[in-house]
Amino acid sequence: MGLTQNATVVDDGLKSELSKKGIVVTTMNELYNWGRRSSIWPMQFGLACCAIEMIATACARYDIARFGAELFRASPRQSDLMIVAGTVTKKMTPQVVRLYNQMAEPKYLITMGACSIAGGPFIDGYNVLRGIDRFIPVDVHLPGCPPRPEALLYGLMELQKKIDSQVIEKTEWYQKGLTREFPIPELGPRGLVPKFNPEVWQPREVDHRKERYGQPIVIRRKAKAPDLDAAPAPPRPAAAKPQPTQPPKPTV
Amino acid sequence: MEKTVTLQDSGAIDTQTLDINIGPQHPSTHGVFRMNMKLDGETVVSLKPVMGYLHRNHEQIAENMFYLGSMPYTDRLDYFNSMTNNFVYALTVEKLAQIEVPERADYIRVIMSELTRLVNHVSVTGFLLNDLGAFFTPVLYAFRERERILDIFEEVSGARMMCNYFRFGGVKYDLSGEALVAIKDVVSRFPKFLDEYEKLLTKNEILCMRCQNVGILSPELAISASITGPMLRASGVNYDIRKVDNYSIYDRFKFRVPLGKVGDVYDRYYVRILEMRESLKILEQALKEIPAGEIMAKKMAPFVKAPRNFKPPLGESYARVEAPKGELGIYIVSDGTPQPWRYHVRAPSFINLTILEDLCVGHKVADAVVILGSVDIVLGEVDR
Repeated sequence: MGLTQNATVVDDGLKSELSKKGIVVTTMNELYNWGRRSSIWPMQFGLACCAIEMIATACARYDIARFGAELFRASPRQSDLMIVAGTVTKKMTPQVVRLYNQMAEPKYLITMGACSIAGGPFIDGYNVLRGIDRFIPVDVHLPGCPPRPEALLYGLMELQKKIDSQVIEKTEWYQKGLTREFPIPELGPRGLVPKFNPEVWQPREVDHRKERYGQPIVIRRKAKAPDLDAAPAPPRPAAAKPQPTQPPKPTV
Repeated sequence: MEKTVTLQDSGAIDTQTLDINIGPQHPSTHGVFRMNMKLDGETVVSLKPVMGYLHRNHEQIAENMFYLGSMPYTDRLDYFNSMTNNFVYALTVEKLAQIEVPERADYIRVIMSELTRLVNHVSVTGFLLNDLGAFFTPVLYAFRERERILDIFEEVSGARMMCNYFRFGGVKYDLSGEALVAIKDVVSRFPKFLDEYEKLLTKNEILCMRCQNVGILSPELAISASITGPMLRASGVNYDIRKVDNYSIYDRFKFRVPLGKVGDVYDRYYVRILEMRESLKILEQALKEIPAGEIMAKKMAPFVKAPRNFKPPLGESYARVEAPKGELGIYIVSDGTPQPWRYHVRAPSFINLTILEDLCVGHKVADAVVILGSVDIVLGEVDR
């Protein structure tokens, strides 16, 4: 979906000429999009660290109210925008997807921070979902750990651009029989079932991360505990030390 | 805990208890915490905390990481106070490898951790008031001051929240003259802000009515449940690790430990306000006395460029600091390799949360939310 301007924009010269005489000319599209873009109500939904920066954005210095998005609603039914601010763990994923399903159309989603985009620094954790885009579609990705409040404002402006580019007759939520229910994964003993929603996300063919960085954190099974009682005597370890320090570490 | 006579006990009306879940998505659970409550009318009969929605495998990742690599992860434990988290990790490894810290670095550490305490206490009182129903106004005041301190953190370390500033044997960057002036400016302005804040809140009738005699924590229960931090001191137990343990250079500063009398939510609020005033005293003394000199231990110089080569000797160590939320400790077992064999975090907000049921039973649902706010939890630290 490109961010092209509406094709039905009224000519600017005509507009300014008419506005001198007190006449406002606009199109339905512009009016609708203007209304929607100027009052995006985000959901008050903080997961982790980024939520604090989200609150800071709503506070006096950054003042998200300038964009009409200051009204954080606690209920998903009343909100238009979900800011996934923080690490999405596997235990939390079903709730995030359910909350997104409960929001009324039109709904938008911003992933705030590296964790919700791809797992971030915790990508190697066994309980961390590697990106919420595996289950629900994302409108704006906002990298950073955590992103500065200015970055969140920029993300909001990008979202406004996206809303401006939408044509009402063609938008999904005015079509007949639209059901945008995303299947809610279940947390089983071996992680989430299913692992991703194939309609939304497909596994990449090339693992760019592995190609570029190798394996940053190798999770090893540690076999043998160090013998702490043998530690304090300094002369002895010359013989005793190497044995506990170098247990064979099979990679998992 | 006094016994409350419920409708069911009186036998007047046939009533049912109601199970409700608060969270994980709820504006006043401070993150993704879930409370499984049983209610009789509006009175809490039992409360079961459900955790683990933000379990990010901090310990496992740290055990497979070289030592310095875990430093940025400790930032994300308690994401309000990244500096004190760094502090305790640096102290633990220094204890393990017997590294002496230069004096200037010690002063910088103390200054940063006291500034962090200001940030934490000012935001937690703001959020407590938010839970009480003063929606967002106290938070606006609190975050105005928080931003000023975060500006200093940004100038010093390069990041607003996740500072990653401490290193084993010192700190990453030196404190510039401008930063010192900025800190002095914040410290000189802060009491005025506190006066304004207190004028609005401390004797406010609504605040007193909602907070006084709510969620009383007896000193006996607090000690037996190993509660630490402002919660313990609000119950009247004089225990501050800065005084008890004298870690770093805290024995050089004169400050008092504020104590509460009753142990209710109001005391917990007011102890935090007083603690901020004491922190300002420490800051003033530290800013006066800070010496010039090195900021990094000589022993650690070869590892600045190559932190992966750092191998502490075989052994174990536990260090603790008085984090704004309580006793934060890290336990490390080293097997002489570049990775720790065992890494464990003693998180104060997790342990302070264990007595939530004892505090809440017998109160109304609205009070349970306030009590949770006064416990001061951060889910990054609870679940790790």
